Amino acid sequence: MSEQRYLTVAALTKYLKRKMELDPHLRNVWLRGEISNFKLHSRGHMYLTIKDDEARMQAVMFAGNNKNLAFMPENGMNVLVRGEVNVFESYGQYQLYIKEMEPDGIGALYMAFEQLKEKLEKKGMFEARYKKPIPSIPNRIGVITSPTGAAVRDILTTISRRFPLVETVVLPVLVQGPNAPESIVQAIEKANDLGSFDVLIVGRGGGSIEELWSFNEEAVAEAIFNSRIPIISAVGHETDTTISDFVADLRAPTPTGAAELAVPSRIELMERSGELGRRLQRALGNLHTENSKMLKRLMASYAFRYPEQLITQKDQQLDAAVDRLALAFKNKLDKSRNDLRQIDVRLMQQHPERQLQSAESDRKALAKDLRQAMQRLMDKKQSELGLQIEKLSLLNPLEIMKRGFSVPYGADGEIIRSVRQVEQGERISVKLADGQAECQVLETKEDING
Amino acid sequence: MAEQEQLSFEEAMKQLEDIVEKLEAGDVPLEKAIDYYQEGMKLSKLCNDKLVSVQDKMVQIMNEQGNLEPFDVQGEE
Repeated sequence: MSEQRYLTVAALTKYLKRKMELDPHLRNVWLRGEISNFKLHSRGHMYLTIKDDEARMQAVMFAGNNKNLAFMPENGMNVLVRGEVNVFESYGQYQLYIKEMEPDGIGALYMAFEQLKEKLEKKGMFEARYKKPIPSIPNRIGVITSPTGAAVRDILTTISRRFPLVETVVLPVLVQGPNAPESIVQAIEKANDLGSFDVLIVGRGGGSIEELWSFNEEAVAEAIFNSRIPIISAVGHETDTTISDFVADLRAPTPTGAAELAVPSRIELMERSGELGRRLQRALGNLHTENSKMLKRLMASYAFRYPEQLITQKDQQLDAAVDRLALAFKNKLDKSRNDLRQIDVRLMQQHPERQLQSAESDRKALAKDLRQAMQRLMDKKQSELGLQIEKLSLLNPLEIMKRGFSVPYGADGEIIRSVRQVEQGERISVKLADGQAECQVLETKEDING
Repeated sequence: MAEQEQLSFEEAMKQLEDIVEKLEAGDVPLEKAIDYYQEGMKLSKLCNDKLVSVQDKMVQIMNEQGNLEPFDVQGEE
């Protein structure tokens, strides 16, 4: 033993390490197993154990190798890995340095898709409350897709067919390959920086899951989610669903579909604006009808019948006034009558007995005077008459006859003034002062000297 | 109205819809309603004119420098 040369631990470890490195089988190992003790280090390296029912092996997958890993390894996951076996000197441990890993049974991409979907769903990034409304009539649309191929053509032709008024800007991106996600993220951010877009269409035409993979990348999903501009996703065909579709504000089945969702149809809009015009006409018509009705109502209403009301009112007032007048008059009359009665009563109380008496005595005196004056006048006339009679009696024929004159009267009672009035034998009466003598004419003799 | 010319189609449509709704509500004073109607008909015409005048807006593409250039859609490759 003394002659024996002793190795250091490090030297032996190095020796083993070299041995392993020289073995081509260990350089490239294809291994199937189940993951346990999985640990993702903060610096990006993955530490895990690959095991089957009978054995286990330490494994590591450095960040440089796992950065392109589509899915996140999980405990219990059956995987297919490729790598090399080597020694980790400080621990004296051999381990599998994994270069590539794929889920066993289902595709890695499908696994990755499911995982990311679950992760983002947990974060709430698919929730409806984060969905921004798509403007119904955009002015400016950003199209984030490959500048060549069917997708961009479908989108642009559909937009110009449906709604040529919109301004469309293509932001060209890579839609497949390792640089595609970065390219898409940058375009989304660029569009947001410019801020002049009303809506973005992000997508590409159909392809295999690998070709569509950029749209299942977390970075792209994040960029879509964080975009302030509403995003319509349009990836592949109707049957293709990507993570981008879940986070987008609206998912279109195809690029053509996205364009249809992004812009309205000009024809439909024309119909709508025409319909609005008709509604406008109708509304005004209705308003007119309503107003006419209201006018009619108003015309029939108190306010408009007011003058009439006024007249009838005045009429009534007049009636009332007339009534009042009549009543007032009647009252006045009654009052006057009453007053008169009262005055009468008072008058009666004030009876002018004394005046009457004095007037009566005046009257009597006057009557007496009258009588006396009359008497005097009569007496005067009487004496005058006597005087005249005396004068007259002087002329009385009887007086003459007393002095011896008589008056002959014919048979006819006429005074005989002439001898020619009587004939011989005619009976005549001769009036004397104290009577008459009936005589017969014996003879008539006419005086010659007559 | 001169300012109507500056309206985007969407704004015009929105205004038109608002006016129609106001009018349909029917509690607008008549003078105002007539103003609304005239404005509405102008807007309706504006919308229609904008829709009828098929002036295809040019499609543009953003180049590396972030500048816009005219973009022709190529056919199938």
